[in-house]
Amino acid sequence: MRILLVEDDQTVRTFIAKGLSEAGHLVEQAENGKEGLALATNEKFDVVILDRMLPGGVDGIHILETLRGQGNVTPVLLLSALADVDEKVAGLKAGGDDYVTKPFSFSELQARIEALVRRNRNEAQPQTRLMVGDLEIDLLARGVKRAGQKIDLQPREFRLLEFLMRHAGQVVTRTMLLEGVWDYHFDPQTNVIDVHVSRLRQKIDKPFGRPLVHTIRNAGYMLQE
Amino acid sequence: MSLPDASAPVSPSPGFFNLRSVSLRFALVYGSLFICSTVLFFSFIWWGTAGLLEHRVELAISADSRALFNVWEESGPPGLTMMIDDRLEQDVDDNTLYLLVNKDGKWIAGNLAEWPRQITRNHHWFNLPVQRAYTQDLAKVRAYGLPDGYRLLIGRDISGRTLLRKMLTDTLLWAWIMIALLAIGGGWLVRRLFQHVIHTISRTTLAITHGDMSQRMPVHGTDDELDAVSKAINEMLDRISRLMDGVRQVSNAIAHDMRTPVTRARAQLEYAALHAKGEAALRAAIEQAVGNLDNVTAICEALLRIAQIESGARRSAFVLFDLIPALQDVCELYEAVAEEHGLTFTQSLPASLPFFGDRAMFQQAVANLLDNAIKFSPPRGTVTLSAEIVTLEPPLDGRSRLLRLSVADEGIGMNDADMARATERFFRAEQARSTPGSGLGLALVQAIVQLHEGQLQLAPNTPGLITCLEVPLPDEENFPTEVIA
Repeated sequence: MRILLVEDDQTVRTFIAKGLSEAGHLVEQAENGKEGLALATNEKFDVVILDRMLPGGVDGIHILETLRGQGNVTPVLLLSALADVDEKVAGLKAGGDDYVTKPFSFSELQARIEALVRRNRNEAQPQTRLMVGDLEIDLLARGVKRAGQKIDLQPREFRLLEFLMRHAGQVVTRTMLLEGVWDYHFDPQTNVIDVHVSRLRQKIDKPFGRPLVHTIRNAGYMLQE
Repeated sequence: MSLPDASAPVSPSPGFFNLRSVSLRFALVYGSLFICSTVLFFSFIWWGTAGLLEHRVELAISADSRALFNVWEESGPPGLTMMIDDRLEQDVDDNTLYLLVNKDGKWIAGNLAEWPRQITRNHHWFNLPVQRAYTQDLAKVRAYGLPDGYRLLIGRDISGRTLLRKMLTDTLLWAWIMIALLAIGGGWLVRRLFQHVIHTISRTTLAITHGDMSQRMPVHGTDDELDAVSKAINEMLDRISRLMDGVRQVSNAIAHDMRTPVTRARAQLEYAALHAKGEAALRAAIEQAVGNLDNVTAICEALLRIAQIESGARRSAFVLFDLIPALQDVCELYEAVAEEHGLTFTQSLPASLPFFGDRAMFQQAVANLLDNAIKFSPPRGTVTLSAEIVTLEPPLDGRSRLLRLSVADEGIGMNDADMARATERFFRAEQARSTPGSGLGLALVQAIVQLHEGQLQLAPNTPGLITCLEVPLPDEENFPTEVIA
């Protein structure tokens, strides 16, 4: 994937660029708003990572608005130290696709970038049926089957599984689950997500021997064959 | 006093005639208003007395002339002569003047010897000095033309009235001068009073700017406007002091509680750098340090969130919604956790509960309470969430309905002293030190509840703790039905 990274802090920029390169992506870097805007408008990227506050008069929101004004629909992930809910809303309203607050863990950022690109590809054809290995869910009938065997899930468990299936093969962080499945934008102190995932595992993994939901250390979960 | 330099910025205090002084302008306005109104008032008096006297003389002469014309028409010059003689005889005060002359200017009747030369025109008022019985008098006269060239002069002695008018004018002038002096004195007094008030305020505020927060405006207990201003300023100062205390307390807490995880992270990294044997040990130390730094971030975020909520800015995001589905959402999230901890989680909720507030924020408050309840409960305990509408009789502060939401656990509980301090930022009870947490959970709940104009109360359960939120509800009639549905 070709990724544009606009971030003024050198340490953070190097940290992200190095991590993404190691994950096999091609990273273009810009250290100020002007440079970032020029790159973003003249070249084609799969994802743009934008810091909200940039030196040189052109900030992240400005770049984002210019891009969207030109009809450019490249997924944009905003990066900011402004953690406020209202700030998030402002960023998303300006046309951002996701918002990560500083400080962040690299796994969180990577998971969200992959989710963004995936979402962008999937939006082309709406799916009614998702399959991973021998696990299959029907989004219309809200039915779950594994190895031909019907599994009963609670509505919320179904949404959790759906979210994991839609991001199959990708790391999904706890925050992403909390936002995507429960629509909560605060951080519960206890490990509520772990509890819900472990209940889901009891139903879809335990009776079948071969686990599909994997725990990724220091990051989150991944549904994979 | 030194002469003020025109180019230098003028300080507002010195100089009696400094027009930048609000008090001087105030005094000037007061004085000029006073003087102008007396001028108006005295003019009215003068016109009403002196003017009226003169007018009455003119009226008397006109009436006299009409009477004499009638006599002329009835009986001609002899009758008029007789009439004039009659009138002069009856005039004891000797203040009337008559003169009748024929067409040659020859005297026929009256108490004037000859026609005065000044009087050239008929039907005009003249002030005429007359010499009579060794006195020089002033008279108001008017000449009238009669048929056959006869001319008649009628007058009244007005020297007494002129004297009166002069006296009145003098009196009024003196009175006006005295009133002007009084006005200046009053203006000066007003200025002093005004300056006194302003100086008290500026002295107090100046002391506060210089850091003496203990200064307060004097309140005289007279319940007047000045006292009201003083009280308002004092209340403002009290609130500022409270906020400053809060800031001080929080910064102390931050200094202490943020240092702990930072110190740990630092120690872990330093220890690893010096003593770690092999990559695995190094990685473990780094991971621990990152965990501690994440902790710092979490504390920062919670503090910012509390500060933001306390600023009240989020009240603009308040909407009407049904609280029950929102509560069920949170319950669903925590049911699994309670089960995992071997706890029984029961709920008693009404079918619907119309509520006005911030949905996400209220959910977070309830989530924090449930989090605490589960965290501090021993296995096989029960956690209960209940919500009910309480009708207040009589209404309190105009609100007649109240939401009472409580979370009860059977955990370790709290002693009374800890309960009183539980909502302070970073406060953690002794028994709670071993469980993970930052001591900000209840502070956040408190901030959220206060944003909703409610109260957070803690009470002992036997065993355990009950946390109870009481939040006023909007009146039913103000509630759009589509929101309830």
